[in-house]
Amino acid sequence: MNPSASRKLPDGRRKLRLATTSLAGCFGCHMSFLDIDERLLTLIERVDFDRSPFTDFKQIGHCDIGLVEGGLCSVENVQVLREFRAHCRTLVAVGACAINGGLPAQRNHLDLGQILAEVYRDRPGLAPGSAVPSDPELPLLLNRVHPIHEVVQVDYFLPGCPPSADAIWSFLNDLMDGRTPHLGHGLIRYD
Amino acid sequence: MSSADAADVFHLDGHDVPFVTGETVLAATSRAGRYIPHLCWHPEFAPHGSCRVCTVRVGARLVPACTLPATTGLVVESDTDELLHLRKRLLQLLFVEGNHFCPSCEKSGDCQLQATAYAMGMTGPHFEEFYPARPVDASHPEILLDLNRCILCSLCVRASREVDGKSVFALGGHGIDTHLLIDSPSGRLVDTDFAPTDRAASICPVGVILPKRRGFAVPIGERRFDRQPISATEEGDP
Repeated sequence: MNPSASRKLPDGRRKLRLATTSLAGCFGCHMSFLDIDERLLTLIERVDFDRSPFTDFKQIGHCDIGLVEGGLCSVENVQVLREFRAHCRTLVAVGACAINGGLPAQRNHLDLGQILAEVYRDRPGLAPGSAVPSDPELPLLLNRVHPIHEVVQVDYFLPGCPPSADAIWSFLNDLMDGRTPHLGHGLIRYD
Repeated sequence: MSSADAADVFHLDGHDVPFVTGETVLAATSRAGRYIPHLCWHPEFAPHGSCRVCTVRVGARLVPACTLPATTGLVVESDTDELLHLRKRLLQLLFVEGNHFCPSCEKSGDCQLQATAYAMGMTGPHFEEFYPARPVDASHPEILLDLNRCILCSLCVRASREVDGKSVFALGGHGIDTHLLIDSPSGRLVDTDFAPTDRAASICPVGVILPKRRGFAVPIGERRFDRQPISATEEGDP
């Protein structure tokens, strides 16, 4: 499949391209996305998936919609986020971690060096010689976890931990139909 | 009701709201079963006027409805795009000033801050997060104090002083450094005469003052503001 091919719908409208990624998240938002179940079949009539854990494409092409799960805890997260922003016309912060840092941000009042030493080196029960991982392939951690709107412009926020499948479906339909997304009572949730 | 009483109405978004002499716009509105968003106001206590979420427009002025005396014929605007936007910004400021991680908060679904933000359509924080370093006071055997979630509404201060006669809580500091104080030599809750039966133990609109060893008694998704929006719920405790 050519990931950058532009395809048409039977009614002449262009098929939209959708990319998704999980940064400092738990993939719970992606699992909730999959919870739209058979509505996925309706969705793929309207959109083609670009870079996403669902396609396993490694590079992102020009997209209409980018869904970003998770906040920023490493330099790699920042790099991927900037690539998404540069390639997506509409960028969406999906879930608590992308929106306010979420659970990973609860380390923000602690010293990163002390956390790493406590977890990997000094904790009781570790093997002798245990040390803080320092492989050059590991992305450097940020001192504090940040929500994504602190680094790039975010067009919409889709809250929830995770947002329910119904909230994701309602939100995507609004976007695909050219409406400003609106989540009413029961769909707008922070937990 | 006498004809003199019948004349005592003000106008809220085109609706007549009856009031009694001395009543505020917010108190009369709440009694009439209508909703003006608010956080630091509670029908059992004198108004504090600090959160400004109940701000309404009266002519050219923006004023908090909780301290505004109702007067005959007053024309009050509340449910407008302008005020919705201003309230949302106030809520976003409250969210980023504290550490409000709803998914791990026992109060989620029963939280007035969260429910009011739902009602204002707040989907994100807009501002940068402060991530303040605030302590948790777990010293009391039956009550947990998680100050990360405090919005400085002072309802616990008023309840402890006016109902419980104890003055366990106070607000100290100024501006962004304002914080909740515990009135004991150690500054810890265990060294006060605070009791789980105090009115102050059940008044917190957010998840600061929580009973220990009680979690998920009502599942997430079935709590007070999960079932219906805050605008449709009765004032006061569930």
